Formats: sequence, structure tokens, C-alpha cells
Amino acid sequence: MSEHSTSVGFYVMIFIILLLLTATTVGAAFINLGPLNPVIALGIATTKALLVVLFFMHVKGASEKMIQVVIMMGIFFLLLLLGLALADYGTRLWS
Amino acid sequence: MATATLPVTERENYLNKEYGIRSWLFTIDHKRIALLYLLSVTFFFFIGGLFALLIRLELLTPAGDLVQADTYNKLFTMHGMVMVFFFLIPVVPATLGNFLVPIMIGAKDLAFPRINLMSWYLYVIGGILIMHCMLTGGVDTGWTFYTPYSTAFTNTKIIEAGLAVFVAGFSSIFTGLNFIVTVHRMRAPGMTWGRLPLFIWANYATSIIMILGTPVVAITIILVAAERLFHLGIFDPKLGGDPLLFQHLFWFYSHPAVYIMILPSMGIISEIITCFSRKRIFGYKFVALSSVAIAVLGFLVWAHHMFVAGMSVYAALIFSFLSYMVAVPSAIKVFNWTATMYKGSISYTTPMLYAFGFLGLFTIGGLTGLFLASLGIDVHVTDTYFVVAHFHYIMVGGVLMGYLGGMHFWWPKISGRMYPEGWGRLAALIVFIGFNLTFFPQFILGYVGMPRRYWQYSPEFQVLNVLSTAGSTILGVGYLLPMIYFLWSMRYGKQAPDNPWNAAGLEWKTSSPPTTFNFDETPVVDFEAYDYENIKDTDDDGGAH
Ligand SMILES: [Cu+2]
Repeated sequence: MSEHSTSVGFYVMIFIILLLLTATTVGAAFINLGPLNPVIALGIATTKALLVVLFFMHVKGASEKMIQVVIMMGIFFLLLLLGLALADYGTRLWS
Repeated sequence: MATATLPVTERENYLNKEYGIRSWLFTIDHKRIALLYLLSVTFFFFIGGLFALLIRLELLTPAGDLVQADTYNKLFTMHGMVMVFFFLIPVVPATLGNFLVPIMIGAKDLAFPRINLMSWYLYVIGGILIMHCMLTGGVDTGWTFYTPYSTAFTNTKIIEAGLAVFVAGFSSIFTGLNFIVTVHRMRAPGMTWGRLPLFIWANYATSIIMILGTPVVAITIILVAAERLFHLGIFDPKLGGDPLLFQHLFWFYSHPAVYIMILPSMGIISEIITCFSRKRIFGYKFVALSSVAIAVLGFLVWAHHMFVAGMSVYAALIFSFLSYMVAVPSAIKVFNWTATMYKGSISYTTPMLYAFGFLGLFTIGGLTGLFLASLGIDVHVTDTYFVVAHFHYIMVGGVLMGYLGGMHFWWPKISGRMYPEGWGRLAALIVFIGFNLTFFPQFILGYVGMPRRYWQYSPEFQVLNVLSTAGSTILGVGYLLPMIYFLWSMRYGKQAPDNPWNAAGLEWKTSSPPTTFNFDETPVVDFEAYDYENIKDTDDDGGAH
């Protein structure tokens, strides 16, 4: 575990960044950006999830192979869910 | 071991170490938690069974004469919810799994004993919620919560039922987490991955599904609640949502959930068949890895529940093909079990009778699953009794046969007493006959066009429905019998020796019942899992021959 990730101040900083990003999501909801709306919302959400996983869940700095395997598994199955569901949405007859 | 010859009552074990309600409610012993789970899942089995009985009584006649249509909808919904989420999902992992996983790998307990206890409490909280929901009106959507009916139309207790399932879901995530960490970290010296009992492999694969699948259904339930409460447009087309999105998310968990139910039972069958054929398992690696293959492939097939729901035909083709794929590892298991019995010295004990039942019923259930995976036939039989018969062959014929087989196999270890073998065989026979009489007519009913989930039907379907109802009462007797003689045996049964079946496996090398920490000293493993050819038949003082 790297030394800076153990200090309380560091976690508070991550927490504040998360709050700011939440505020950005709320703010962006009031501006209509057309097709960019979902892109921005999902982008911010992914960034926040990444911060939580990397720092609050101590994945950054973890030395064990096993943790990496577990994380990769989670992402892989998420991609399966999205990918195979999109196989339906991408080829459905919408008329 | 000098202590092994002392009578059960004089030896200290996990049952007689402490007495009193507190010693149970605050226990962190995996074996006691297994028994807590055993009591609670049995309770819900009888609640779910009661609903099933009422359904079958209503269907005795073509007219809707016993209950109102609305009541009938609630009956089959609550039957499904209770049986799936509060019985079938936890039944094997949380009872036999909890009891056996640490012992089979030579550990003192699971990796996180307190999380294990917490998982039981979550299950109980979920159980109280679902009971309260049932007693105050229940739900009528079917156990699948399909939208937009569940979010926009029904006025029954969706949110409370959803919350119950949500909470119970976390109990199964905790169980899965505990098993995975335990199998990785707590194996005894010499217990390599290639020496793990197949019951462990099966529970390991199950745990993967529990951890990866359950959060998805939890999130889906939250989305249903959000749409119902705040009218967020997620599933309701009127609000810009897509009802099929719900089905995608729901079945992403709920198809693999079937493998949460069946995989542990498959593990049990591997243990029983090797033991009572006195043979090494045929193709250990294939049986072990096919569990993992089923767990992974099981995530790729979910949309076979949606073929006629308006999904893309191209995607339907892909899912149809993938559904056929998952039959491969399942078939590997069935063939390898059969090959294991070949030229074995088979004894027809109660557990083995259940294993035979499992083989036949699971094969029928699995093969009819392939009918349903092929697009043409699925269009014809979707939402008919054919589907109902198919999944009951898997979930009752498969899962329950395995569970009951396992309960008989390990009952001497759990309770320190032998069950009455004659009654055991009789009950196994009654269960098999009752099961087939209940569910085989439903294949025919579905094929000739009787839809599921109706409380009335055309008179020409009556004969087969009467057969099915008659079968269900026989099946009920078959399930009550073990309940009665297991309880009887706790007081009057013959004292069980440490290894009544002369079986391989670390659980048979410790006392019956085991002490709190399972082993007096950590065992060292220098043998493969099913070396039955080299286990001599000793003149043990109990058990079958
Ligand atoms: Cu399925």
C-alpha cells in the first residue's frame, strides 16, 4: 500500500472530488447538449466509479495478482451484459 | 483415536459444547449456522409448498372455483418468490455448503465467520419482509416482476417484495464471498486444487455466480422501485423506457440463478456416485472444470427467456446458439457420472437412489431445455405448461433430489445419528413417483396448448390436471417422511460411526458430529479426492453394505 493513500486528508480530498462531480452531473442536467447528454452523464459516472474502486477500495497500490484478476472478472462480466444486450438493441426492428 | 469409541453423548462436539438459545443466535461456528439455515429454509419450503398445494387444488377442476382469479395470481407469484429466493438459492450452499466447505478442505471454519452469521441474519430479515408482504396482501406479478405491469399497473406490494429479495440477495453474496476466500486461503497443507472434492468445485463455481449476478438483480429491483415511486422512465415505454431492458437485466441474473441452484446439487451427486460405486470419478478434471464452464457460459444465454417478447431476431439466433452451448458441460457431467458407475460395485442406499433420480430427472429437464432453446419450438410452447414442467424437472427434480441425497449422505456427520435406511429408501421412491406424476403430465398439457398462470382452463385438459394434482399430494408425503424420520433419528437413531459409508474425504476422517474446530490437528492431505480403489472395506460398525 502506498503511503499517501493511508492519510485521512487524502480520502477527504477524493470525497470532495466525488461531491464536485455529482454537482457537475446535476448541473449538466439543466443544459441540453443533445446527443452529448448521455455521454457526459455516463462519463462522469464512470470517473466516479473509478475513483471509488481505485482509492476507497484500495485497488491502486494493491500488489496481489488475485485482486487484479477479480477486478478484470467484474469488468468482463459487465461488458458481457452490455455487449449482448446491445446485440439486441443494435439489430432490433424498431418500426 | 481412543475418543472415537466413546458414545456420542459423552464426546464433546459442536452440538453439545454449549446449550441455550444465545449459544445458537450468536454462534460463529459454520456448522451451527448451517443448522440455523437448515431450519429457516425448511420453514420457507413448507410455506412455498403450501402455495403449491393451493394452486394444484384450484386446478383440480376446470372452473375457477376454489379462489378468485386475483388470489390465484398471488398464489403462484408467492409460490415462485418464496421457492426461488428463499429456498432454492440458499438451500444447498447455505446448509450443506456451510457445513461441509471448511471440513472438506481441512479448515477450522469459513474465512469470515461473522460475515457468515450476518448472512443468516440478512436472510431472516428478508424472510420477515416477504412474510409481512404475504400477510398484508402479497404480489401478483409472477416471481419475475415483469414491467410495465409491475411499475405502472399493479397495486400490490411490489416494493416490499423487492426489498425482501434485495436483502436476501446480500445474504447470498456474503455466502459466495466467504466460500471463494475460504477455498483460496484456508485449504489444509497438501489440499491442492487438483485434490479438491467436486462438491467444493461446485460451490466455488456457484459462488462466482452469486457474486457476479446478484448485484445486477439488486440494481434492477432498485430501478423498478425508482420507476414505481418517482416515475423515472426506465422500463415504461410511456415514459420513454424499454420494457425489454427489464427482462435483459432480470434474466442476466435469473438464468444464472438456476445454476446457483443446480451446481451445488451436481457437486453432491459426484460425491454420492463415487462413494456408492466404490470407484474413482471418471474424468475428475472435466467434472470439476465443467462446473466453472457452466458458471461462465450460464451468463451468455439469458435472452432465451425473451424470444417471443419482441427482441431482435438476430440476437435471438445468437442466444439460441449460446443456449445450446451450455448443454455441453452439463452433458459432460451426466456422461462422466454414468461412466463412473460402469463396472462399479454399486450399493442401493438412500443417497444413491436420490442420485439415480437426479440423473433421470435432470436429463429430462435439461433436454427439454434444449427444445426451448430452439427458436421454432419455443414460439409454440412459450408461456405454456411445457415451460413449467421443464423448469420443475431442473429445479425440483434436479436440485431437490440432490439436496435430499446429500442430506441423507451427510446426516450421520451432521447429527451423529443414522437415519432409518428402510424408510429412507421408501421416501426416495415416493418422491420419485410423486414428482413424475405431478410434472410429466404438464409437459403434455403444455404441448397441447394449456397456458400457464390461468386459474381456469378448458375441460379437455382436466384428466392430466387431476393426475398432476394427485401426484403433488404423493410428492408432499414423500417430502414429509424425511422430515419426520430425521427428527426421530436425532433421539432414537443408531449412533453414527465416524465414517458409516467408508467414504473418502476429510469430513469422514473427523468425528461424527465434528468438534467445534472440526479437527483435533490440521490434517495433511497426501491423497487424491476419490481414491476408492485403494480404500479397503473395513468392518465398520454401521452403515450400508
Ligand atoms: Cu434460462
